[in-house]
Parts: sequence; structure tokens; C-alpha cells
Amino acid sequence: MDFTYAPAPESRSIVDLKASYGLFISGQFVDGHGSSFKTISPATEEVLAEVAEADDADVDAAVKAARRAHTRVWSRMPGSERAKYLYRIARIIQERSRELAVLESLDNGKPIKESRDVDVPVVAAHFFYYAGWADKLEHAGFGTTPLGVAGQVIPWNFPLLMLAWKVAPALACGNTVVLKPAETTPLTALLFAEICQQADLPPGVVNIVTGAGGTGQAIVAHPDVDKVAFTGSTEVGKAIARAVAGTGKKVTLELGGKAANIVFDDAPIDQAVEGIVNGIFFNQGHVCCAGSRLLVQESVADELLERLKRRMGTLRVGDPLDKNTDVGAINSAAQLQRIRELSDVGEAEGAGRWSPPCELPDRGFWFPPTIFTGVSQAHRIAREEIFGPVLSVLTFRTPSEAVEKANNTPYGLSAGVWTEKGSLILHMAGALKAGVVWANTFNKFDPTSPFGGYKESGQGREGGRHGLAAYLKGGDL
Amino acid sequence: MPTTATDYSDVTGSEASLRRFLHGLPGVDQVGAEARAAALGTRSIKTTAKAQALDLAIRMVDLTTLEGQDTHGKVRALASKAMRPDPADPTCPAVAAVCVYPDMVATVKQTLGSSGVNVAAVATAFPSGRAALDIKLADTRDAVEAGADEIDMVIDRGAFLSGHYLRVFEEIVAVREACARPGGDDAHLKVIFETGELQTLDNVRRVSWLAMMAGAHFIKTSTGKVQPAATLPVTLVMLEAVRDFREATGQMVGVKPAGGIRTAKDAIKYLVMVNEVAGPDWLDPAWFRFGASTLLNELLMQRTKMTTGRYSGPDYFTLD
Repeated sequence: MDFTYAPAPESRSIVDLKASYGLFISGQFVDGHGSSFKTISPATEEVLAEVAEADDADVDAAVKAARRAHTRVWSRMPGSERAKYLYRIARIIQERSRELAVLESLDNGKPIKESRDVDVPVVAAHFFYYAGWADKLEHAGFGTTPLGVAGQVIPWNFPLLMLAWKVAPALACGNTVVLKPAETTPLTALLFAEICQQADLPPGVVNIVTGAGGTGQAIVAHPDVDKVAFTGSTEVGKAIARAVAGTGKKVTLELGGKAANIVFDDAPIDQAVEGIVNGIFFNQGHVCCAGSRLLVQESVADELLERLKRRMGTLRVGDPLDKNTDVGAINSAAQLQRIRELSDVGEAEGAGRWSPPCELPDRGFWFPPTIFTGVSQAHRIAREEIFGPVLSVLTFRTPSEAVEKANNTPYGLSAGVWTEKGSLILHMAGALKAGVVWANTFNKFDPTSPFGGYKESGQGREGGRHGLAAYLKGGDL
Repeated sequence: MPTTATDYSDVTGSEASLRRFLHGLPGVDQVGAEARAAALGTRSIKTTAKAQALDLAIRMVDLTTLEGQDTHGKVRALASKAMRPDPADPTCPAVAAVCVYPDMVATVKQTLGSSGVNVAAVATAFPSGRAALDIKLADTRDAVEAGADEIDMVIDRGAFLSGHYLRVFEEIVAVREACARPGGDDAHLKVIFETGELQTLDNVRRVSWLAMMAGAHFIKTSTGKVQPAATLPVTLVMLEAVRDFREATGQMVGVKPAGGIRTAKDAIKYLVMVNEVAGPDWLDPAWFRFGASTLLNELLMQRTKMTTGRYSGPDYFTLD
């Protein structure tokens, strides 16, 4: 019998979208000096709002506000008092979770199922977790002295979650921040600014400046910024590393990845299929730690691929606000263009391209879940980060070959291992050069667990006790 | 339907080969299976889809009473309800079957007449299954002779847990033979695993294959007498098993979660799982059933809410 799920859209009415948004500096929304830009819904290309673009003077004002707040208020406040603000913010995030989830899905294009069940709950968990550290820093082993003003630049794939990863530990350690959200997804950061007002956070502790690359450069280059934290592409990360070299600024970078998801012949096969799907189609593959290279033991490759294709046939692509959508919209026209280009290269290089039959909406930016079979290490789609719902399938014969292929990449952010053999999991975890190794699961995020990369995937760790090191003067020890 | 034992005769020929086969099945990661079941449970089934699901769920109910206090009067009342679950609404479909102990089969059969609703009987020393094979077979034949359309047998969990897979297999084969009628109108065999006693999902996958190879028409989670009874993760693994078995042999086997499914919302979660794991072919009372008693009224209340736009209290639905 055909069982068609009727549309189940989450209502937009909970979100109070304004026609235009200013910059959040010193606890107030102010007009920027630069021109404004539009942010659109990638699912429909509808303009959601006009957003101010911060120029150098605006960034300077934000840094000055942050410095003032740091010197006069935040660094002097006992950790137990800072904790109260962080707990309050965490609770408000929970109370306004539906509003945040709807706005995130509108602006980013990700399915409401994910913003509701993953992004927003993990955001609140991050604030709760670091609130707990604020008065216990002396037990963390990195000292208790904050760095000062942190300049933070975050990407568009998890707008609110990346904000939480940056803001929560910085504030817990006594730093103040100037944060720039990505130009395609500024809205939830601006709603977070409202939440800071609602929590009575002292003015200047959190400043949010919107804009594109130029605004980010202004933050990174500002002489009174003590710490730069960036999540985004390896290319921009390298530029930032060059810009801060020799300045005495501390820096943490969380960059690209081309993670191997390694399936052995004794894997729990149905759960492995779920892990592969979750690894590459979660958030449309816009995940730096996505399992974009499937390494499957050749003896089970055919069976696994058959099951994977069948499972991909049940993925529901479409309206991000429909509660039954599994795969939403690609975040921007530019990103869609890049995914198309690299996929065309994959085809031209001779890999077998496959997508399940699926109808894509006429407007907006869409790309079907796609796999490439017969991929070798020499293919560009096995080496370059596509950052989309595109999986490259490679095979291996032995554990040592799996390790060799998995590590044969300039990146080293994450990896997955699927086997019922515990000893093999431990062996692989030791041999893989990746910051995170998931065993019989993938894309699991928890505030207690440090996250970060090897090699060109970045430096420094976010999350857990380790995440405090990036925001304390004793963090280099 | 051919006896599937022949397709796997090399596997089921000896204790050793059967054990090798069952232990060679891919493992089930419990955390992953539970996560998948929970994720499917978040599907939002509304409006037309909900109306469709509620009617389908009603048609899939095996309306059950398995109590020491059952009487002929009680089962007659239940059978009447099975045929006309909502007397106020003639468009409401009948349930799939009435499930009783063997001594009540004749009474139920008589009440149901030619309504199309089946009579199912539990047999083989239900619920524990702790009796000699002869007695289990006699129990089965008794129900079949009384006119049961379906037999719900229990496996010997003790034998399974001690690794005597072949004994479990041979018992299912023997009960299946006891389901035969001279006219060829054989009773269909449902095999109850009592997954609450087998506990691990690896065991659930193994016992599912064992029962399918032995010729089960349906595989069923529980007796309803042991907690936990049916759960979504257990049903997930069984749906994967019937899907894989059809892939391997071309034969379809039905699935019946029983016990513990009480709300319409829960029932719809199961239907979503059937749809997305085994596939839409299984969305049919011939291939999926709910073993339940109180679930039916919950489904009826939701159905009335959908058709009238109003909630009405339990007093508006029959208690039988």
C-alpha cells in the first residue's frame, strides 16, 4: 500500500522577522557605517531581511566595547557570577528553542528536524556545560587568567552551534567577544544578541558584527584583539594564520576535512548504512567532519552499496520546514555551484554517479543525495572537500590498507570505524590521524568532548576541558 | 507456499551448520538500532496520512484476550467487536483477527461466521512453551480442528538460549505440519519469540532467520505475558530480517509486534517503520499485525476525532 506522508510544515509564525537588522555593539543594536546586504532563504530564494555590513570603524567600535567590558566588568567578576549569566542564557535558549530552530532552518536551509533535535539542544548544552566550568577554572589546569578580547569568525553550516562553541568557553574563562556570523546566515546570531539583552548580560561582553570577508579581516587584523578563533575553509584559515603570525595573538582554527568512514566486513551492516547516511547527508553534507569518503572492505562492498542505495531511496528531500524532511536546501548559489562543478569532475574522471529518483523544488538551491562508486585516491572527488551531499566510495582489502588510504589526505579532522571487533576499533583509533574517531557511530557531538583537527584541518580544540585552553593565558603550557 | 526448509537444507541439516549460519549473520549494534528506531518515531503523520494510517492500523489488529478468566460470553463479545469496532460508524473497517486460547476457537468461529475476520489461537503450551513436543502438537491440532485460521506458537526459549537451535527449528517445522488441513486450507503459522526473554538484538536477528527458514508465515515479538513486550528496536530488527529474507528467497514473511502498543501514536510509529524499513508491500494486514487489546479503542477515538473534528470520551466506545 502506498503510504504518502501529508505535508507537516512547522509554522513560521513564531519567528518575528524584522525588515532590517543592525549591529550589536555594547549591548545595543546600532546602524552600521557600511552598506547593507540581503540574507535569503536558500529553499525559496525569498529575501528574509536586510542586514548591516560592518566596516573597519564598526569593528573598531565593537572591539573597544569588548575591551571596556573586559577591563571594567567581565574579567573582574567572580567565575560563579559569570556562570549565572551563562546558565541564564542556556535556559533562555531552551525556552526559545522553537523560535531559534525555525529561524535557523529558514536562513540556513537545514531540515527543521535537525535544527530542532540537534543544533538548538546542543547549543543549550554547550552553554550549560561551560557555565559549569566558570567557577572551576583552577581545576582545569590552564590557569584562570583570560586572554582579553576574542575575535571570532564562524561559518554558515551550523550558525548557532558554531556561535555556541566560540562564545560559551570564551565567556566562561572571562573573555569578551566580537563575533562575526557568516554573511549567508546572520539571523540566529542576531537573535542570540537579543537573548543576551534578555539575560541582562553586561554591555560589551558579546558584540556581534555582520558582514562578509572584509569584516572578518578587520576583526582578525585589529591590534586590540588578543585571540582569533575561526571555523571555516582551509584557504581562509591559512590566510588568518599568516595575518596573525608574529603579532602575539593566540589563534585556534577549525578548518576543512575529507573524513574516511571505514566499514569492515564484520560491521553491523544495517547500522553502518545508517552511519554512512548520517555521515554524509546530515545537514546536506555541509559538515567539516562529514564522512565524505566511504572506505568499504571489498568483500562486502556490493552488499553494502545495495543496502545504501535502497536506504537513500527513502530520504525525503525538500522544504526545510517540513518536519518529515531529511535533506534540506544547499546553503547558497555559490556552494551549489561548487558541488556541481566537483560532481561533474567526478563524472569526467570516470567515477560512477548515482542518485535516487527524487523531485527537487523549482526555486531555491538543491542537490540530490549522490554517491560516486569506483573512486580511487587519484580522483579529485576523493581528495577535495565538496561540502555537499556527495559521497565518494572507495574499497580496501586489509586494515593496514584502510589506515593508509584514510590518512592519505592533507586533512585530519574526523574518521569513522565500523566493526564488531573491539580490538580492531582500538587499533584503528590509534593509527588514524584524525582529531575525532567515531566507532560504530558518526557525527555525534557533545559539549564534554574535545573536537579539532590534525594537519590542514586546523589547530586547537573546542569543547570539553581542552576547549578552555584556547581562552586562558596558561593554555600554552 | 513451498517449505522454505528446502532452500536452506544445507544450513538446517545439522546443529553445527545451523549454528554457523546464525552466528554468521551480521551483528546488530544496539545503540545504532535504537537511534534509528527513535529517529523514525519523529515522523509527523498528519491529516490525510493520519486518517489512512488509523484505518490501516485498525485493519491490522489481532484483537486479543488470553486470560484465565476468559469465558465463552467474553470471547463472543470480543468477536462482535472485531467485526464492528465502531457500531456508530459503518465505514469503520473490521479488525484482522480475534486471538484466543484453543478452547475458545469454536465459539469465536461461530460468532465471526463469514465476516472475513480470522480466528487466531495461541498454542504449544502458551505462554511458556514448557511442555513435551507431543503435547504442543496436540494443542496445535486441537485448535486447527476447531477451525483456527491462524496459530500463534511460542518457541522453546530455553532451547534457543542454550544454543540448541536445531531443536527450536525442528519444533517449528513440526508445528507447521500440525497446521495442515486435509483440504489444503492450512492454518497460517505465527512464531512467537518472546524477545523480552531473548533480550539481545543479535538474538532477535538470529531467531528471525531460524523461524523463517523453518517455514513461519509470520514472526511475532511477544506473548504479552513478559515485559518488555514489543518494542520499536526489536520490531526494526525483525522488519530488516523479513526484508533481507525476501531479497534472498523471494518469499515474504509477515511481522507481528504484540503487547505494550497502547496508543494510536505508537501504532503509527510502527507503520512508519514498516513503510521505510521493510517497504510498502508490508503495509497490509496479510503481512503486518498488531497483537493488542486496548489499542483498538485508542485507534477508534482518534478516528472519530478525525472524522468528526471532536474528541469523545471512552464512554462512547464499547468496552469489549
